[in-house]
Order: sequence, then structure tokens, then C-alpha cells
Amino acid sequence: GPLCDITKPGNQRCSPNELFIAGVIKQERFPAFEKVLWRLFHGNFVLRHAEMQATEELQAVRGAVKKDVFIIFVQGDHVREKIRKVCEGFRASLYSCPKTLYEPKQMSTSVMTQMEDLRMILRRTEEYRAGVLTRAAEHVQEWGSKVKKMKAIYYTLNLCNIDITQKLIVAEIWCPVSDLTLVQSALIKGSEQSGSSVTPVLNRIQTQQTPPTFNRTNTFTEGFQAIIDAYGVGTYQEINPASYTIVTFPFLFAVMFGDCGHGLVMTLFAVWVTSQAESLRKWKNELTDVVIGGRYIILLMGMFSIYTGLIYNDCFSKSFNIFGSSWCVLSMFHPHGPWQNETLHEYHHLQLNPFVPGVYSGDPYVFGIDPVWNIASNKLSFLNSFKMKMSVILGVSHMLFGVALSLVNFDIFLQFVPQLIFMLSLFGYLIFLILYKWCITLRSETAPSILLLFINMMLFDYQSEHVLLYRGQVWIHAPLKAVLYSWLFRKDHFICFLLQVSMGDIFVYQAIHTIEFCLGCISNTASYLRLWALSLAHAELSEVLWRMVLQVGLKISSGMGSLMLVVLFAAFAVLTVTVLLIMEGLSAFLHALRLHWVEFQNKFYEGSGYKFTPLSFDSLLKTQQ
Amino acid sequence: MVSHSLALPMICFTTLWGLVGVVAPFFVPKGPNRGVIITSLVLTAVCCYLFWLVAILAQTNPLFGPQLKNETIWYLRYFWE
Repeated sequence: GPLCDITKPGNQRCSPNELFIAGVIKQERFPAFEKVLWRLFHGNFVLRHAEMQATEELQAVRGAVKKDVFIIFVQGDHVREKIRKVCEGFRASLYSCPKTLYEPKQMSTSVMTQMEDLRMILRRTEEYRAGVLTRAAEHVQEWGSKVKKMKAIYYTLNLCNIDITQKLIVAEIWCPVSDLTLVQSALIKGSEQSGSSVTPVLNRIQTQQTPPTFNRTNTFTEGFQAIIDAYGVGTYQEINPASYTIVTFPFLFAVMFGDCGHGLVMTLFAVWVTSQAESLRKWKNELTDVVIGGRYIILLMGMFSIYTGLIYNDCFSKSFNIFGSSWCVLSMFHPHGPWQNETLHEYHHLQLNPFVPGVYSGDPYVFGIDPVWNIASNKLSFLNSFKMKMSVILGVSHMLFGVALSLVNFDIFLQFVPQLIFMLSLFGYLIFLILYKWCITLRSETAPSILLLFINMMLFDYQSEHVLLYRGQVWIHAPLKAVLYSWLFRKDHFICFLLQVSMGDIFVYQAIHTIEFCLGCISNTASYLRLWALSLAHAELSEVLWRMVLQVGLKISSGMGSLMLVVLFAAFAVLTVTVLLIMEGLSAFLHALRLHWVEFQNKFYEGSGYKFTPLSFDSLLKTQQ
Repeated sequence: MVSHSLALPMICFTTLWGLVGVVAPFFVPKGPNRGVIITSLVLTAVCCYLFWLVAILAQTNPLFGPQLKNETIWYLRYFWE
């Protein structure tokens, strides 16, 4: 008889003895399914199964899950429920099997048409979704900024108070005094544009609170103000070091970076960033934001580096000989000097003697370091002495400038004058000695060392064997020492006399402060020696790159030499940019910044204020992610 | 070896940086940035002049000369003035 279909419950036409069930089950579950069926029906059934060919769509939807299609032939009508339960337990989907040959074709066509319809619906929905998203994408930026602005406005409104009559809002604001008229006109304009009848009223009130600090900046100065504020925002109405930092910071950077070739590259980079600032901002990377924010700082750093590079006579570790060297080798030979032609064969290195007439012209190289030092093997002996003294001179000048600025902040006599006298008598004298020793002519064997001279002065040590730097030196040292040692005690007497308080406390306090200031001065001056250290490191790195990379390439004499030179130049360029420009640049930046923050600013800067942050849509939208 | 006097560069550069640091501030146009520009000009003149001065003074009275390789000496003997 016709086979019965158990998926249609209540089918009376089927013969109760023959049942078949067809369905689909996951391949991994099939063995367990088969086992359960064996246990249930004790082998009184026929089970056939085949692996389903995975179609593309199935794989896309469900992943590569293998399924088996099975068909079971079994006898007995009570069996129906059991099998259905088993199939449910194994999550097999049962399907009705068509009886005639024609029906499978019909079923498959209907399923295919259904699938086509569904596919078309999916496609249409996707297109519609893409259309909606594209239209929204044009506006989403605008919506985002609108939402930000509205949020900021509501936050600011939340800071106001509502009047008792529930009709007015009262706001207490900080406002720059010079902008009061601007604010008034803006209020009037706002009330006109919104069409309200009542103009907002602006009253100036007295307060005990400390106002926020507001330093007006433009696009050029805001970078420098930012690096000062990073250490501490100035106290209200304190002197602002940012205006001086505009020049002194790039200058101190350049003293440590001093290479006109590298400085030129840095300047060109900064010019490019400045011209492309708006389009570069779109990258919205933290690193690019920092570089763009500091583009004027980098520009000034580069320009000063070109200048200091020209003075150090260092361009990618090579020197220029523009004006002609002051040293003459010819005069060392006979008849003027001691050398013969044979001397060159005997000795590998020979030193020029400036005291042989004609060797040194008597006048120094006009602009910067003489080019002969670049090819000398004792170059560092000269440069170290020069750079060390230069660092001390620049450092003491910078700190004296800082002490002079404290005049504006604090009272004159109690702090400024004693500090000034101390610094001038100690370090001013040191600088005088340096300059004096440079300006006079000495025999090198008897030239006294400034360092020993200084130490002996402080220790009251004068033995007749020591050669003095100038006549009457003893008579200068005595009053200097008197000034220095008496400085320790001057403050206490003055304050005691004024305040008529107990001497003990004041004495201890002043002693501590004095010792702190002395040690601080000495350590701060020594700290400026980093100007020497970093410029030495930069010059040495530069020379290593030349000697080990580019010079090797230029010396190759074989035929492949030009190709090797291209490769070596690429390596030279990459190393110059990464090591010398980026790494050394960051290092010099950091050290110049430290010198400003610590050694310069601790002479006068308090930095205990808070910043004036008005509601500004510009800065709000600039920081959006 | 070229002989230049010390006085000529001294006068030249002192006048140059004097112009930048002392005279130029009078010609800065009035505006909100006048103070910053004047400060920058003066500080630039002072820093650059001081740096140049230190470099030239350090070389006026040398206590020792450069030590050169014999090949370098041979080259310099014939090719430098």
C-alpha cells in the first residue's frame, strides 16, 4: 500500500503497518541517533542515510556544518510518537516526503522560487539600508558637533542659579577686565537676535576668591604657553615666563643640537607642517596633534639650530672654511719653525704651536669655530674647554635674568638684593675670570687653571709658587670673600631689627634658607653643563654616522661602488632622521625644558594658579575624537 | 693663513645685533603683539650676540694648537693659503 506519512498526525488513510520517516540531522549526532533507535526497536527497522551536499548558502548562513539526510522504515503505529520524541531529542528536522515522482520536482521548484523571492527581498533591504546610511553619513559629523555644542551649553547653564521668581537665571562669571565692553555688546547682540524684551544685566562684584589666570595667546604663542603651563599655571597676576621662553627655549635647544644641516632639515619640516596644518589635523592621531600644536616651536628650534650650527661650524659633522683659517701650517716648517720635511716621515701626528711666529695669525676666525679644528685629532681638547665655559656663561646669564624677573614678583630688599649680590660675587667673578683669561696672552706652561684658582680663593690658600692670573689678585679676593661670608648673616639682623622677635627661630630659618640657596645656586650652575654634554654627544654621533656609513660608501673604488653608495646613503639618511633628528631632538628638547622649568623658573616663578577656561566651541570641536 | 683683525668683526657684529636688538624695536608696528615682538627681538639679539662673542673670544689667545696627521699637514701646506 501507499507509504504513510507520520508528519501529518491523524492521517487515517495510511496502512498502520508501514511507516517511514524522513529528516535531516547533524552529522555528528547521527551515530548516537542510530544507537538509540536500535535500543528502542531492537533492530526492527531499516535506516538509510547520506551526507548532504553543502550548498553555498547553507555554508554562509550556518558555517560549514555537515548534515545527514536519513530515512527510516519501521512497522507499528504506536511507534510514531516514540520516533518523534527521539527526533526532537536529537534536534533532527523532519520533512514530509512526497509520494509520487512528480511531487519532488514541484516541491523543489516551489522551494527555489521561495528562495529567489527571499533573496530579492534581502537585496532590496540591503540597498535601502545602504541608501539610508549614505544619506545619514553626510550629516553625522554635523549632528555630532551640534550635539557636543548643545551638551556644553546645557552643562554651562547648569552652573547658573535660577532666581526666586523662576523667570531669571543668575550666573557668576569670571571675565577679563579688558573684555568687559566686548561681553556687554555680546549680551546686547544675543538678546536682540533671540528677540527677547529684557537685556541681560552685567554687574561687577567684589570677591575674596582668587581669580583664574588668563594669559592671552595667539596661534604662535599658544605652544610656548602650553609648555610653561604643563609645569604649573602661573599664580594670578604673576609674571608670565612664556614671553621669554619664545626665544630662550629654542636657543638653549639649539646650543645642545648645534648642527646647521640638521637644523635646516628641521626648519624645512616645520615649514611643511605649518603650511599643511589644516589637512594634517584630519588624521586625529595623538602624535600628529602634538607635532601640529608645536609647529612654531619646532620652526624656531630649527632656525636657531642653523645659527648655532654655523657658529659651531658643524654641518653633518663637516666644517665650512668660508673666511680662511687663522692657523698656518707652512710657518711650522723651516725657516720659521722647527719642522723639516723629514719630521713628517718620522711622526704620525704633529701639533701646531701657536707661539711660533706665523702659525697663529693673531686674529681669530671671524664667525664661529675655526675650520682647522674639524680635521685635528685633539679637536675635543679645545672644544670641551670652550663648551664648558660657554655653558657656565650662558647658565649664569639665564639665572641672573631669572633673579631680575623676581623683582617684579616679590619685594626688593629682602630677597632680590642679597641673592643678586651672592650670585654676582661668586659666579659673576667666575665669568670675569673666564673672560679675562681668554682676553690676555699667556704662556701655556705657566697659565693658571681657573678651577684651582677658585678653590684656593675659597680656602684662603696663597703660596708664593702659585702664579697669579693678574696683579693685585689677592686684594680683589679679600673683599669678595668678605661679601660672601657675611652674606650668610645679613638677613637675620635686618629682620630681627624690624620684627623684634626672638633671634633663635629667625636665625635657624634664615640659615636653612641661605644654605639652600647657596647649594641650589651651585648645583643649578653645574646643571647647565648639560648644554656642553648634549652638544658633545650630538657632534660625536654625527661624526660616527659620517665615518662609519657615508665615508665608507664614498671610498669604494670598485665598479659596484655607485650602487653601494645609493644603499649606504639611504642608510645614512634613515639613521640621521631617526637617531640624530628624532632621538637627539627629543633629548635636547627635554633637557632645554628642564633647564627652564627648574633652574630658570625656581628663581622667580610660583606657578600655583588655575587656568581660565571659558566655554569655547573652537577648542571643544578641536578635541573631538 | 688669512689675517683678519679682531676689531673689524667686533664692530660689524656688534652693530648688527645692536640694530636688531636696540633699533628694530622702535619700528615694530602698533598692535596687540607689539610687546611680544619687542621682547623676542631683544632676547634674540642678546642670545645670538653673546654666543658669537663667546666663540670668538675663546679663540683669540690660544694656549695650544691643533694636532694634525702628517698627511693632513702635507695637504694643508700646499693647498691652504
